[in-house]
Amino acid sequence: MNRFYVPLGIFALLAVVLAVGIRHSPDKGIIVSPLLNKAAPQFALPELADASRVVDSAALRGRWYLLNVWGTWCVECRAEHEMLLRIHAAGRVPLIGLDWKDDDARAQAWLTQLGNPYEQVAVDRDGAVAIDWGVYGAPESFLVNPQGIIVYKHVGVLDEATWKAEILPRLTPPGPT
Amino acid sequence: MLPELGHFALILALLLAGLQAFFGIAGAPLGRDRWTAAVTPALGGQAVMVATAVGCLISCFVGNDFSVRYVADNSNSALPLFYRVSALWGAHEGSLLLWILLLALWSVAVWFGARRLPPRFAGRVLGVLGLVSFGFLLFTLATSNPFLRLDPPAPDGRDLNPILQDPGLAIHPPILYTGYVGFAVAFAFACAAMLEGRLDQTWARWTRPWTTAAWAFLTCGIALGSFWAYYELGWGGFWFWDPVENASFMPWLVGTALVHSLAATDKRGLFKSWTLLLAILAFSMSMLGTFLVRSGVLVSVHSFAADPSRGVFILAFLVLMIGGALSLYAWRAPLLKSTAGFELGARESFLLFNNVLLVIAATTVFAGTLAPLISDSLGLGTVSVGPPYFNPTFMLSMLPLAALLCVGIHANWKRGRLGDASRTILYTLVAAAVLGCGITFGIYTHGHVLTPVAATIGIWIILSSLVEPWYRLRRHLSLPRSLIGMTIAHSGLGIAVLALTTVQSFTIERDVALAVGQSAEVGGYTLRFTGIKPVEGPNFEGVGGTFVISRGGRPVAVMTPQKRQFWVQHQVTSETAIRLDRGNNLLLALGEDLGAGRWSVRVQVRPLVSLVWLAALIMAIGAAIAASDRRYRTLRSTASAAAAVAERAT
Amino acid sequence: MHTWRVLLTAVAMLAAAQLPALDTTQLADPALQARYVALTHELRCMQCQNESIADSPVDLAADLRNQVRGQLLAGKSDQQIREWMAARYGDFILFRPRFSARTAWLWLAPGVLLIFGAVVAVRILRQRAALLASDPDSVDEDLRA
Repeated sequence: MNRFYVPLGIFALLAVVLAVGIRHSPDKGIIVSPLLNKAAPQFALPELADASRVVDSAALRGRWYLLNVWGTWCVECRAEHEMLLRIHAAGRVPLIGLDWKDDDARAQAWLTQLGNPYEQVAVDRDGAVAIDWGVYGAPESFLVNPQGIIVYKHVGVLDEATWKAEILPRLTPPGPT
Repeated sequence: MLPELGHFALILALLLAGLQAFFGIAGAPLGRDRWTAAVTPALGGQAVMVATAVGCLISCFVGNDFSVRYVADNSNSALPLFYRVSALWGAHEGSLLLWILLLALWSVAVWFGARRLPPRFAGRVLGVLGLVSFGFLLFTLATSNPFLRLDPPAPDGRDLNPILQDPGLAIHPPILYTGYVGFAVAFAFACAAMLEGRLDQTWARWTRPWTTAAWAFLTCGIALGSFWAYYELGWGGFWFWDPVENASFMPWLVGTALVHSLAATDKRGLFKSWTLLLAILAFSMSMLGTFLVRSGVLVSVHSFAADPSRGVFILAFLVLMIGGALSLYAWRAPLLKSTAGFELGARESFLLFNNVLLVIAATTVFAGTLAPLISDSLGLGTVSVGPPYFNPTFMLSMLPLAALLCVGIHANWKRGRLGDASRTILYTLVAAAVLGCGITFGIYTHGHVLTPVAATIGIWIILSSLVEPWYRLRRHLSLPRSLIGMTIAHSGLGIAVLALTTVQSFTIERDVALAVGQSAEVGGYTLRFTGIKPVEGPNFEGVGGTFVISRGGRPVAVMTPQKRQFWVQHQVTSETAIRLDRGNNLLLALGEDLGAGRWSVRVQVRPLVSLVWLAALIMAIGAAIAASDRRYRTLRSTASAAAAVAERAT
Repeated sequence: MHTWRVLLTAVAMLAAAQLPALDTTQLADPALQARYVALTHELRCMQCQNESIADSPVDLAADLRNQVRGQLLAGKSDQQIREWMAARYGDFILFRPRFSARTAWLWLAPGVLLIFGAVVAVRILRQRAALLASDPDSVDEDLRA
């Protein structure tokens, strides 16, 4: 008698798993980065404006920065650009650009034409640094703390809501109560 | 006007399906034969309404009515007529309508066949089918209405996904869905038996042809999908253990077990509750597949647009339908005990092994497919599962099954008497081993360690299957259709095993870069790249390369792979060129322009791959022949008559 | 003029290609090449998430293939390469789930199921053989097919 309830029991468990799966499903396709709360990968890349200068991750230690991966070939980066300019204007955290697999001349023209929100732009022509950071699509943004730890990663266009909910609170931890 | 008519027809169909369900299921236990009789007009009306709705939608496509959102999303005025019709099932809403149409058609077919069933039992069967129809119609009307309007109407459509603009697309979903939906019939028979509280050999005899027929369609549908992926998607793969592929494979595995379990129940009244469970499980797998594809819980190239709200609805439907059936099972199954016995070496034992191994295989595929979901839901993090998991674990249960087939096929019912067949078994094994090793080491010179083993098993299956027909022919005994069908189907399996072995072990794949006039050698074939020229089609343009293929001086073919860009969606597809040459399948896919007149080309030489799909077709034909055996078609068998009498007495 | 337009369009199509990834450099050492083919089929393309990096046409897949090639030439083992990839992209990039406490159930399942199935089968076979011994129909001739 008991064993005939087993199929029903297994099905009930399955239904619960599927229900939870549906709740999580809007997150599907967004991979949780294994680099969260780990040290940001080191890089030293030429600067877009002046190839003789180097954008060095070691030199960025000691302060917060937001690494933004973009390219002129990326349609969504164009959409994100306004937001980046606002972040730059707000002055809360510097934007370091990672120009991913792009053409230097076009990148410079883009920034001249649309405005440059970046403090520095590192040129990753062959994509090796992007791979180190686990980048799989542009735009992506990484918030790095003064100790060089990645505390937040955003995949896709950075918007006002994310800025307010995820980035600002991390920049200004709640005061002592 | 047409869209509104179609919409209205769907609403009527919903109501009629509800009536069909109510009268069928309630009429029997309450003894209201007029209610049972009312199932017929309800079903007829539902079928007519569904056909009307489908007809309306097709007319909208053919007439380029872009005020209907579904048409605007999936069609275009430049789309050839053939694809404008097949675009009907090119996306979620329309494919649901196809499900509903096929369910109505199966229900009508069952109605015709139900004339020799006891009326109340038949009423229950059709009632359960009506319940399933009701659920799908409700889902469609509530979340996936294909008749929604666009205001203002779109000037033109967004075109059908170019990958889907292919004859293979036109037939793969309808045939596949016919298989999926066909298992609803076995499910309905099972529920009817549980509602009635009786399940005997007669029930198994009624259920068998429907199940076998559904299985045949599903086999063809899966093979078509695989074949279509092979020649359309351009990288020569034909099975990727993609979640949606698995969603069709699991019901197939369970369905195969069901077909065999039904044989034991039919012949000897054995495994009754197990067969019941399998019948529920097979259709549950179909429904689960529907859920996985449309709810967005799994990542897949095949998925329809993900929508969690639809997922919730289907899940609720699943819970009610399957939960209900399994509750019935828990209630009724304990009563279904049989006292028949059999020896260790009997046919029944081998059917038991068959079932155990097939269910293990299905469970393994299930585990791998749902592992990402399970892991995520339980908070165990992301896990990703692909061919490196599925291939070995699948073979683990399937190779033993294939080998056991070759022994079990000689076993008698009840008392196996395998001793009598021991020489036959040995001879067939030796012959198969000789041929298998001959192919592995003789024709091709290398292979995996498992290659000769698997090749031997494949050939052994074919030889073993032919023994009994051969025996009967020589003694001028009759060859019933069920035996012919079984022989053909099993031989098909053997061919599939052999072909899969050679493809997995002996495929040669290379990417080469050629300038016009240059040649390359791949797998014994010489390819000369002779030119590249523009091509144009009704709604695309592109380039085609010309390659002259020869082998050892013997001219083989001229092949022209193409790359096409579709005007509307700007999507680029690769039209691979495929040629069959003496058992080898040559596949050429055009790559990129490397500059300086050089192009990259992917060349694959795949031995015997066409046999894989041919084997599937052979299996389906065997099943169809078996399902048409006279035993199932006798209008008034004594058993049926007795059952009818028994029913009237209650 | 028309021909040129079509050819130019053809060239422009490459930007939006959805075609098999073609990889016309082969490693000289056949053993290394075999490992390369096997590894690239085991790694998921993170953009076209249902394809391996061997089959995916996107740039990222090409970059990752180059990584695999470079690391193989540098003498890294298959496992080291897999871990290198997973360290950056997570376990999702591996088509072969790693055997760990979290995935043990998945890898052990087939074996456990087989054992369980064998136990169940043996029980049923014994039960039915015993029933046959007391089967009132045992004088019947045996059925065939």
